[in-house]
Amino acid sequence: MNEATLFALCAVLLVGAGLYGLIVNPHPLRKILAFNVVGSGVFLLLGAIARRGAGAGFGGDPVPQALLITGIVVAFSATALAVALLLRLHDAAGSVTLASEVPPKVEPDAGSR
Amino acid sequence: MSVALNVLTVVAVVAGAFFFLAGTVGLLRFPDTLTRLHALTKADNLGLGLVVLGLLPHVGSVLAGIKLVAIWLLVLLSGAVASQLIARATRQRDPNA
Amino acid sequence: MMEALNAGLALLLLALAVWTIVARDAFAAVAGFIAYGLLLTLAWVQLSGVDVALTEAAIGGGLTGALLIGAVGRLRDTEATARVERPKALTRALAALVAGAVTVALALCVLTLPDPAPTLAPDVAANIAATGVGNPITAVLLAFRAMDTLLEAIVLVFALIGVWSLAPDRAWGGRPGVRHVADPNGILAYIARVLPPIGIIVGMYIFWAGADHPGGKFQGATILAAMWLLVMMAGLTDAPPISRAWLRIGLVAGPLVFIAIGLAGAVTAGAFLAYPDGYAKPLIIVIELALMPTLALILALLLVGAPQRTIQR
Repeated sequence: MNEATLFALCAVLLVGAGLYGLIVNPHPLRKILAFNVVGSGVFLLLGAIARRGAGAGFGGDPVPQALLITGIVVAFSATALAVALLLRLHDAAGSVTLASEVPPKVEPDAGSR
Repeated sequence: MSVALNVLTVVAVVAGAFFFLAGTVGLLRFPDTLTRLHALTKADNLGLGLVVLGLLPHVGSVLAGIKLVAIWLLVLLSGAVASQLIARATRQRDPNA
Repeated sequence: MMEALNAGLALLLLALAVWTIVARDAFAAVAGFIAYGLLLTLAWVQLSGVDVALTEAAIGGGLTGALLIGAVGRLRDTEATARVERPKALTRALAALVAGAVTVALALCVLTLPDPAPTLAPDVAANIAATGVGNPITAVLLAFRAMDTLLEAIVLVFALIGVWSLAPDRAWGGRPGVRHVADPNGILAYIARVLPPIGIIVGMYIFWAGADHPGGKFQGATILAAMWLLVMMAGLTDAPPISRAWLRIGLVAGPLVFIAIGLAGAVTAGAFLAYPDGYAKPLIIVIELALMPTLALILALLLVGAPQRTIQR
């Protein structure tokens, strides 16, 4: 299989893995990380589609690639806004839980770092 | 002449890859942070330097060759600074390490 | 040979993504994510998208990694509490089912893509001479799809306003982040004095070379933002209070120039953001020169965060 199909299938698996992590991980920062994995998978999929559109002397279709540059920058700004929201929640509420009741605080185990 | 240059490229890149491998093995097998930093800097300095040396005969122009060497020097600089900062933080956190 | 390289790269990407999801420690997950971003750069090069590779390395790997490491450091004491909330096995199985269904559906779409692939590359190649730039990505970003770039710049300003709006009331108009202190004779201060001049030259070069080679203002602005962040982290300068006039003017100058040129194009060439004949290249350069400081300011300030210190009047 050529590299476009290979990376497209890899991207699809990345989207699946990120989606699982987004649902399962309780800590919001891990959810943001998983969301970034999903986003990069989507970008890789679009990049593989751009590679299939190679022609007229270019290695890939330039229009999707330009959209990808825009997308990566906007995804970073969305991540920055999400992290700022999370830090504000932590400052204001003392915990970062997304549940309705604040769970009792668990001291970090001494051997974890 | 080009045969000799190709041999130089192959030897240099393989040697660089060996140093990268050694650095990675050191990262995985050494017991603590300071020794792991020691292993990683070998990969940075020698490994990348040998790879750059091996690629130099094949660049199109002198300017591209200077860019490759400049990249190596920048990696050296940033690697050295990062190693110092990590080592200092490790020493402060655990003076007996 | 290339197939083996691509297959190995794809496997490593998947392994790192799985590591990011299942790693127990958040710091380890973020470290894995940064390595994942850098490997993704290699994947982009294999897909012949060198401009995208530069952007991914700079923003996806570099800035996002720095942002997440800062967040991990501040949220360290919440990890143990969150670990208690892990969902039960039934939820995990359902999540795996949903993720698997999405994966299978997307894989089917990938395998049934039309062949030959529809593409706009011939249209770009036919019209690129009129824009005066040699890099097709720059031509698409600033001539054929200039509206997208304008809206993107405005979205970035909105994101920054959103981050600033999270300031506590007492800190509104104040300085973002904390004041970093570093030993003025230490190595961090040393690198913060030595690297920025080199970084600024590299950033300007990547911006200028973006006209005909891979590069452009996004990658150049990211390097400039990174140099400013390095100087701030070494304590050699402090983050500016967000109420400063020069900061706010710098933030809106780029989009305003872009909109002004668009309106001028509506008057002289018949459509918003149309370029009059022969003026395409100078106008593109003016737009890029106006947008680059704005982008550098926005990217750096997005990383520093919301204002937290009251400004002393």
